[in-house]
Amino acid sequence: MSNGKIVTLKVLVWLACLYPLASLVYRAVFTSLGPDPTHTITFSTGLATIRLLVISLAITPLRRLSPRLSWLIRFRRLLGLFAFFYVSLHLLTYVGLYSYFDVKAIGADILKRRYVTAGMAAWFLLLPLALTSTKWSIRKLGKNWQKLHRLVYVAATLGVIHYWWLVKSGVRTPVTITVMLGVVLLARPLTTWIKNRPRPTTDNVTTSA
Amino acid sequence: MLIRKPNDIPSSEITSQSAYLNRRNFISGAAAAGAMALGADRVGQLVDPTSKVYAGTKLETVTSPLSTTGETLTTLKDITSYNNFYEFGSDKGDPARYAGKLQTRPWTVSVEGLVKNKKTFDIDMLLKLVPLEERVYRLRCVEAWSMVIPWVGYSLSEFIKRCEPLGSAKYVQFLSLADPKQMPYMKTVSLNWPYSEGLRMDEAMHPLTLLTFGLYGEALPNQDGAPVRLIVPWKYGFKSAKSIVKIRFVAEQPHTAWNDMAPREYGFYSNVNPDVDHPRWTQRNERRIGEAFYKQRRATLMFNGYGDQVAQLYTGMDLKKNF
Repeated sequence: MSNGKIVTLKVLVWLACLYPLASLVYRAVFTSLGPDPTHTITFSTGLATIRLLVISLAITPLRRLSPRLSWLIRFRRLLGLFAFFYVSLHLLTYVGLYSYFDVKAIGADILKRRYVTAGMAAWFLLLPLALTSTKWSIRKLGKNWQKLHRLVYVAATLGVIHYWWLVKSGVRTPVTITVMLGVVLLARPLTTWIKNRPRPTTDNVTTSA
Repeated sequence: MLIRKPNDIPSSEITSQSAYLNRRNFISGAAAAGAMALGADRVGQLVDPTSKVYAGTKLETVTSPLSTTGETLTTLKDITSYNNFYEFGSDKGDPARYAGKLQTRPWTVSVEGLVKNKKTFDIDMLLKLVPLEERVYRLRCVEAWSMVIPWVGYSLSEFIKRCEPLGSAKYVQFLSLADPKQMPYMKTVSLNWPYSEGLRMDEAMHPLTLLTFGLYGEALPNQDGAPVRLIVPWKYGFKSAKSIVKIRFVAEQPHTAWNDMAPREYGFYSNVNPDVDHPRWTQRNERRIGEAFYKQRRATLMFNGYGDQVAQLYTGMDLKKNF
């Protein structure tokens, strides 16, 4: 992949990542955020977060498919940081629009409401990942960087659990994103297993005959 | 000077009468196709949700002292495009999108159980039973949002009196239509169909409990529970069954749809109560539909603000236990 192409793609990815926010701002200013604007803001920032996490988690298994896809790695940090940007907006709507910055009420919510507990935990897990996303941190942390960044698996899973705990019982809207996360997570051990699988040799064939 | 008349229009150019008469269908068909191209989620907004034959019929009303005052009404657009009516899907926009198929005529409501007057009432007869009133009520959904709606109907007690329930009838059960042909999305939600709701007899006889036929002075749009529904303003919205086809008078507390689904989360009483949280979220506040995002939030009132009228129904009861 030439550098020119990468730059073009980066511009496109930036535009795509900014789309959910741009759409919210446009609707708030020029049209309408719908009958329940608070919910619209919360829902679209939450959905953008979990979608970006799933897409960023798809990069490693996709790269394993072919060495020609190795350039994909150059987009992973961008996607991850946008996920953190949206999860922070999401948290801010909860703190501001739902809790009116009432620290006591937020504290009680975290202890009492499991969907808040899960969501908060996910944000706290993503925070160090966003902070250590610089080249300097990657170099400084060495092998530990990779270990630390495995927290994203936990954070994404918590995000999906958070979604299930929010909807009314019997509502199945989180199914799609759950399946997608399941696929990108399971793809990891699966591709490792395929790579390390002992290949049957002619010897094996003759002994079994 | 001779002005040449153009040749007669060739007959092949003449629009056939049937095509001419159907031009509106063609245009609306083209509009629908265009709407599809814009994405299915927009169709509901483009195709007028209130354009059904019976929905939108003007209803004559008289004013009522039981109407709530001092609230800004939620717009007709929000009331008819933001609905929970799970027979038509679980997204708030689904009922407006898919309820068009619902046939609200002919429609009957059958009365069964512990009652002298076991009878089937035709909807047009119910509409004329007593004068219709306009009643503005707050509506508080269990999901912590709220609206203010000018309903049209009369006290359910007027209807119950004419059914002459027996002394042994302690509860009233309301059953909604459950027809997968008209309600294609029933299967997407794992509720126990038909949708069943119930009230204690004294709750059902309370003058605030409204047998409802319309809103904003017109017959109910399909997505709001046409042609006849219940409105119990001091309880969470799901207690107010929509598109009712059967009313049963019974001795025991009837099973109810959301209570069957999650008994810990949705009680039989389900009175609006800021002190009893949903196990997963708070009921202390609500978001008023249609307001700007920075001024949606307000405190939820005990019994949705109707405590003066209804609190005496529950004297001596532990409302935390009987949530």
